[in-house]
Amino acid sequence: MTQREALFEFLQHLGDNTLILSHRVSEWCGHAPVIEEDIALANTALDLIGQAQMWLGLAAEIEGAGRDADALTYHRDSWDFRNLLLVERPNGDFGKTLMRQFLFDAWQALMLEKLARSEHKQIAAIAGKAIKEVAYHLERSGDTVIGLGDGTEESHARMQAALDDLWPYCGEMFNLDERYNALILANILPRMDDLRARWLSKVTDIFDDATLVIPTDNFAHSGGKSGRHTEHLGHLLCEMQVLQRSYPGAKW
Amino acid sequence: MYAQVLDQNDSGVKSREDMSEQEQIFQARIDAGEKIEPKDWMPDAYRAMLIRQIGQHAHSEIVGQLPEGNWITRAPTLERKAILLAKVQDEAGHGLYLYAAAETLGVSRDQLTEMLHQGRMKYSSIFNYPTLTWADIGAVGWLVDGAAIMNQVPLQRTSYGPYARAMVRICKEESFHQRQGFAIMMKMANGNDAQRRMAQDALDRMWFPSLMMFGPPDKDSTHSTRSMAWRIKINGNDELRQKFVDQTAPQIEFLSLTCPDNNLKWNEEKQGYDYTDPDWKEFFAVLKGNGPCNKERLGARVKAWEDGAWVRDGLMAHARKNAARTVAKGENENVQ
Repeated sequence: MTQREALFEFLQHLGDNTLILSHRVSEWCGHAPVIEEDIALANTALDLIGQAQMWLGLAAEIEGAGRDADALTYHRDSWDFRNLLLVERPNGDFGKTLMRQFLFDAWQALMLEKLARSEHKQIAAIAGKAIKEVAYHLERSGDTVIGLGDGTEESHARMQAALDDLWPYCGEMFNLDERYNALILANILPRMDDLRARWLSKVTDIFDDATLVIPTDNFAHSGGKSGRHTEHLGHLLCEMQVLQRSYPGAKW
Repeated sequence: MYAQVLDQNDSGVKSREDMSEQEQIFQARIDAGEKIEPKDWMPDAYRAMLIRQIGQHAHSEIVGQLPEGNWITRAPTLERKAILLAKVQDEAGHGLYLYAAAETLGVSRDQLTEMLHQGRMKYSSIFNYPTLTWADIGAVGWLVDGAAIMNQVPLQRTSYGPYARAMVRICKEESFHQRQGFAIMMKMANGNDAQRRMAQDALDRMWFPSLMMFGPPDKDSTHSTRSMAWRIKINGNDELRQKFVDQTAPQIEFLSLTCPDNNLKWNEEKQGYDYTDPDWKEFFAVLKGNGPCNKERLGARVKAWEDGAWVRDGLMAHARKNAARTVAKGENENVQ
């Protein structure tokens, strides 16, 4: 794999994470528990779409095959998507949606902090812009996890169930990928060695306040980063891509 | 979005002799174009009428998220998706803003929500129609928001201060919404055969329901006199409907679409378009609950509220625990 191919892969990983999570979050529109949450969810989805446009736009540019962010979004099939399995998990209840958001935000905030120091100017610039949005996402999802974990008996039980359910999808965030070694050596991508420890420290702090217990079983699903997804992604793409696929070449 | 003035119990205008001294002063302030503020004295009927209108308006914004939200996950480009998300988020913001305006009249958001869910308060009938193709998202912005603006611009001068001020901001956002809707329609109308078919189909289905948004003809509306005297309502239904038709007919022509009303024709003498009234039987049927999507729309709102109860309860419980912890901490520090 050339350095350019590896960078294309990695940028798709970043862009697909935010694209697919944005899709999931936007499914809530009009159905949230309270108007303020409806607004906050739409706002989060909107930020994530903006990030997807930037990452996938850069990915397409690096690829140099005449594609753009829309072409990558609407004309790849699931095996070419590089998002974490975590973000394609169905929404479940509001608690599960916010738990998924928190687990992802905590990872994304750290990742962006590293990427903001990339030697690659465009990557550093996108990360520098996104990091401000994600700092807010993390504050909100963390506060909500604490509020619901430390709320009523029912809200506590639902949040613990959400954590138990999603925990096996977190390990994939930290799988070291040797495809990226050359990029790390070139200071385009940061070293990721301490990512897991720093993430675990952040989520442990929040879960302590939320009175939630991290599962002891460390089994972790993987496959998203190499294009082997869950059954859910295909359905999501059917919905997302329907107009572009049904009316090839149409301008919208 | 916007609320039709529905269900108002408007028993007409009192003559000056029948008014108490307080009522006379109140009416004089309104006639002088003064704004009424939350702490000012106001007749109970004025308060009730405003709660009803602002509440319906707020409900319309919230229910109105559903037909548009229906297409967010299927938006055909990332840019269209982002714009639609931002627009629907605006509508939720309008709802929040309007509930806050209603709260200044002494009714809580929860009370208003309960009345909506029990069917005791209405929302705009337009949202009981489905959004079946992407062109509907264009048509909603162009026609539905267009009609809403027509109604809301005068409301910036309505007599109740908090409502009038809310309208200033809402109108700014709505005019952006309308333009984005028209931009979608232009793309579709200039697109391929399938897109043109979607655009025409959307206009065919949305035209008459959009005309209904102005409410029944003035001659059949017994509700307007008092609300106009109080400047809660500023223009007649027919006047606004005519204005909307006059504005929209040339736009239909510009798009090379065909209006589903064969009688739509410029009338030189009245300097406006002649048009066919919508089917008012359908309008009242939809209001009564028998539109294509009434059950789904209200059902979705009730489900969101009921499914979210544990979230609201959980966050409230946490806030109470936090407050108790803060008090306990303060007491400890005092002891030390």
